[in-house]
Amino acid sequence: MKNVRADHYIISKIVKNNSRILDIGCADGQLLHLLEKEKNVSGQGIEIKHDKVETCLKKGLSVIEGDANKEIINYPKKSFDYVILSQTLQTVERPKWLLNEILRIGKSAIISFPNFGHWLCRAQILFKGTMPVTNDLKLAWYDTQNIHLCTIRDFNNLILELNLQINEKFGINKKKVLSFPFNLFSLNIFASHAVFVVSKKN
Amino acid sequence: MVTNKTNSNNIYNFEHTPNLVFDTSLKLENGSVLNKPTIAYQTYGELNHNKSNAILICHALTGDQYAAGTHPITLKLGWWNDMIGKDKVFDTNSYFIICTNVLGGCMGSTGPKSINPDTNNYFGNDFPEIGIQDMVNLQKKLIDHLGIEKLLCVVGGSMGGMQVLEWATKYSERVKLAIPIATSYRHTAQNIAFHEVGRQAIKNDTNWINGDYIKNNTSPEKGLAAARMVAHITYMSEKSLSKKFGRNKKNLNPLSKIFEGSFEVENYLQYQGSSFVSRFDANSYLHLTRSMDRFDLSEKFNGNLEKVFKSNTCKWLIISFNSDWLFPTSESKRLVNALNANACNVSFVEIESDRGHDSFLLQIPRLYNILRGFLIGAKFK
Repeated sequence: MKNVRADHYIISKIVKNNSRILDIGCADGQLLHLLEKEKNVSGQGIEIKHDKVETCLKKGLSVIEGDANKEIINYPKKSFDYVILSQTLQTVERPKWLLNEILRIGKSAIISFPNFGHWLCRAQILFKGTMPVTNDLKLAWYDTQNIHLCTIRDFNNLILELNLQINEKFGINKKKVLSFPFNLFSLNIFASHAVFVVSKKN
Repeated sequence: MVTNKTNSNNIYNFEHTPNLVFDTSLKLENGSVLNKPTIAYQTYGELNHNKSNAILICHALTGDQYAAGTHPITLKLGWWNDMIGKDKVFDTNSYFIICTNVLGGCMGSTGPKSINPDTNNYFGNDFPEIGIQDMVNLQKKLIDHLGIEKLLCVVGGSMGGMQVLEWATKYSERVKLAIPIATSYRHTAQNIAFHEVGRQAIKNDTNWINGDYIKNNTSPEKGLAAARMVAHITYMSEKSLSKKFGRNKKNLNPLSKIFEGSFEVENYLQYQGSSFVSRFDANSYLHLTRSMDRFDLSEKFNGNLEKVFKSNTCKWLIISFNSDWLFPTSESKRLVNALNANACNVSFVEIESDRGHDSFLLQIPRLYNILRGFLIGAKFK
């Protein structure tokens, strides 16, 4: 499992064997490929970039080329065991709408995103007075695709507002998983990146 | 204008393509029976020891089994010549490529122009109504004959795509990869309407003689040419016609007659029409267009397309072109959605091209890359 992105590693631990997975914004299919190998999942990706779609096909992965915001409405409800938004939520136009949609078509959703509340971000804004540029937020404000950045607490609040259930949450810092005794407050400071597993309340 | 009048009578003297005559009969979907059907086909590359490298390529309405190499009648290169061959997308170093002339066609497989073994006369007007299902059933006889348990891939565009859909649903256990390109699971009213214009042109040609023109030693060439002309427009986009011809005029001679065709696009269409009649049979055109119109994959399921793909195990790649208005992307998307509803293994790509429906026949780099990549990817599973 060397060279595997930390959030991918966590996701590969969460996902159950032989499940059906949709990876929204699957890029070149790294995560799907990993999940097929490790968990024998039956996976599909949605990707908008032409060259990345071609890479997925070459890897033998199933991929739908298109805009996830438009594609997702075509799937019937509960078509997947997991719908994954890996570093994608902060780039979409309507995150709230998308969250509801993925929990319509998936039994649970796995969402990973960079934490804007990480101490390094806070420090850069506080002391430098500039938008943060970190390992998780590599690009300057004018180059980034991230249009809906949030903190772990922001995301947590949205889940509560939508009356959804958080099954698991993980914080990552420097490729390490921050486990117990981290709570929401400390995760929001020390995790540069978060992975949430969310589902509808029964 | 290409003239080869003698073709119309010696079109069946094929020594250059294998003609397999089955001793058995073929039961058609409409209940009638074709005795001792013939299938004409071309192969490229070699079948491997396990018979696991066979790719069936299905041709479109006016195509034929000469997908690659030089066509014996037109002397032009095959319709997918750039796609099939050594080191090409369908690499004959590793794949065994089969392309058959469809049932109802006019390049050697049983069709309206064949001799009916029951009467020893031309079928002509007696040729039974056939469907896409029947074409596939005849192909299946060949695949069985070749001893191929499972086709590695079935691929084709337009009417060829309909055959792919039929293969990969009716005989899904015999197909590993299915690639329907620029096609649909059923014709729209607009598709049928364009075909009907073509059929009317043929039937209104006085030389058609209720389909028995061969016995009368004639041919409804004008009607067939007009049918081809209207169809050809539907294969192109407005943009590609404008780009190619615009309002350019060829003959500015003021003495030329008013309706002699001074726009370049008129001359182009006339050429398309007249060169077509030298290689195609009017009755075949009627029957094949009819079989496309009648094709409806969802018919057996009361129009519920999702049910067609229940427990389907093929690996699908569906391809459309953004400028194709004959089989638009929305039609391919219906297939994708129905496959997704069944948790099937499906990929979808819409390829940008301004060349309309005909794009699948053209050398579009992205189409080639995607097909090549998909075949490579299939090796990992």
